[in-house]
Amino acid sequence: MTLTLPPARPAPPAPPVVSRKNRHLARTLRSWAYVAPTAALVLLFFVIPVVLVFVMSGSDWLLLGGNKGINFPENYSEVLAHRSFWPAVWFTLEYTVIATVLLIGLGLGLALLVQEASRWRAFLRTVILVPTALGLASASLLFYALYSPQVGPISPMLQKLGLADGPVTVLGSPSGVLWSTVFLIVWRYAGFYMLLLLVGLQSIPSDVYEAARIDGARTRQIFRSITLPLLRPSLALATIMCVTGSLLAFDQFYILTKGGPDGSTTTVVLLVYNLAFESKRNLGMAAALSVLVLLALVVINAFQLRALGGSDGGGRTKKRKKEVAA
Amino acid sequence: MKGLSRAFSRTPYFVLTGGLAIIFLYPIIWTGVSSFSPTPGSAQTSGWGWANYSTVLHYQAGLGTYLRNSLVITAVAVVVTLLVSTLGGYAFARFTFRGKNVLFLLTLAILMVPYATLLIPLVIWLKQLHLNNTLVGVGLVLAVFQLPFATFMMRISFEAVPRELEEAALVDGCGSFSALRKILLPAVKPGLITVGLFAFLAAWNDFMVPLYLVGGDKQPMPLAMVNMRQQVMGVIDYGSTQAGVVILTVPCVVLFLLLQRHYVNGFMSGALKG
Repeated sequence: MTLTLPPARPAPPAPPVVSRKNRHLARTLRSWAYVAPTAALVLLFFVIPVVLVFVMSGSDWLLLGGNKGINFPENYSEVLAHRSFWPAVWFTLEYTVIATVLLIGLGLGLALLVQEASRWRAFLRTVILVPTALGLASASLLFYALYSPQVGPISPMLQKLGLADGPVTVLGSPSGVLWSTVFLIVWRYAGFYMLLLLVGLQSIPSDVYEAARIDGARTRQIFRSITLPLLRPSLALATIMCVTGSLLAFDQFYILTKGGPDGSTTTVVLLVYNLAFESKRNLGMAAALSVLVLLALVVINAFQLRALGGSDGGGRTKKRKKEVAA
Repeated sequence: MKGLSRAFSRTPYFVLTGGLAIIFLYPIIWTGVSSFSPTPGSAQTSGWGWANYSTVLHYQAGLGTYLRNSLVITAVAVVVTLLVSTLGGYAFARFTFRGKNVLFLLTLAILMVPYATLLIPLVIWLKQLHLNNTLVGVGLVLAVFQLPFATFMMRISFEAVPRELEEAALVDGCGSFSALRKILLPAVKPGLITVGLFAFLAAWNDFMVPLYLVGGDKQPMPLAMVNMRQQVMGVIDYGSTQAGVVILTVPCVVLFLLLQRHYVNGFMSGALKG
């Protein structure tokens, strides 16, 4: 790859015009060689599939029958009319709101608890981060056993406390499934959001706090008018990541309930899987639904970026930082 | 006296944080302990022992097959991610060329598209590439999902290395490739460890990609463990499930504890990509 290349320095003695041209060409070829693997992977496994999913969403395409030609917009109207579509959308939104509020709230709380340096706090940070190293599938299997009335510790615990008479099936009702999944997700991801917000907290200069304290501000006041506004970029980022992740929830519901009981805990992405491989075996409909998911995500994220981030917000916090520091 | 009252005032803090520590550790410890403990309905009905692990060992194609599948998928994903993101990150950091920004943004755009949206067409497309139901296919797809973070990470790692370092080598007659290999790679080692660690964790643990793309004897551990649970005629053998979780979890926790600093750094710079 490098055989024919002239050294970039020192300036070669040959006629400068030709040499510069050659060198430029060589440099361009060389940089293309370096990015060729990236370009190939992105093209083969990202660009082509994205184009293909749009084509599939407009085609009569069965899992076993293959492509039977264009039928746009039939897949879309069938998906929108599917009896599980709106329940899945509402359930996914409900789950997203609950998971995001709890994860961001708890993440912030934990970050505040462990932010100062000490041995015990370093240990706490590690402990809270351990679950984030587990796979979501492993964590879901773990909690599947933990929640089971046969071997899990929850039924005996409730019985001992006198809160239940017999074995308790945590995953038996829709709300039971929702909250136990939320608990699993909080357990698995709290450390991640703690870390994200910890970075934000530590980037707030300490003299801002000092100045506020000298001016006689109380802890609560400091939190409300210094910590929260200066933490805004980190909070915005955490919220966007959390909303995106929750809207695409799949593993946890597939493993804990497969969408049951009676499809009441089917998320949108679980419905994509069902349409493709289980109920309909219709890749066209699954593609249509996943295109809708993609578009919804783009819209929601654009909206969130506007509401949470934005140069206006950043400018304001910067100005306030100066005011407080002064 | 003062120390005593201070200790009292701090008691609520220690009770609260101690409780939190227990909540976060309890599920893992509980699983580890119950995978060995006697449980009705599992292979280990009386006394403590390895019976649940032996159930997993002999489940269908055998633990060996599923572990091997997981290792192949993980190896392909880690090697491809490291190689591609190192070369790409170097080019993005050091060269200017036509299409640079487009390609970089396109690579980051992979983040915007949900797994589910890409997996439906990949079911069809991998058949065209003759990669359907193959471990290499799954490994490559997982590597592509790692690419935004990995490329970004390697780009900022290379950008942090002073230019003089490689210019000296170029003057000495090194080509850019040997300058990369001999001078720059040691300098970006922390970035490489972080990228490798995250690629490992993602590939080893992934459930959704193999669920869509492979089956039968090609299943990696997480998929096989989920299917094993459903196999046993409606009666669920929780003991072997727990043993499976332990097998899946141990390498991740060990790596996390060994490379904690790189793990935390990765989260922090990965988070910056927005």
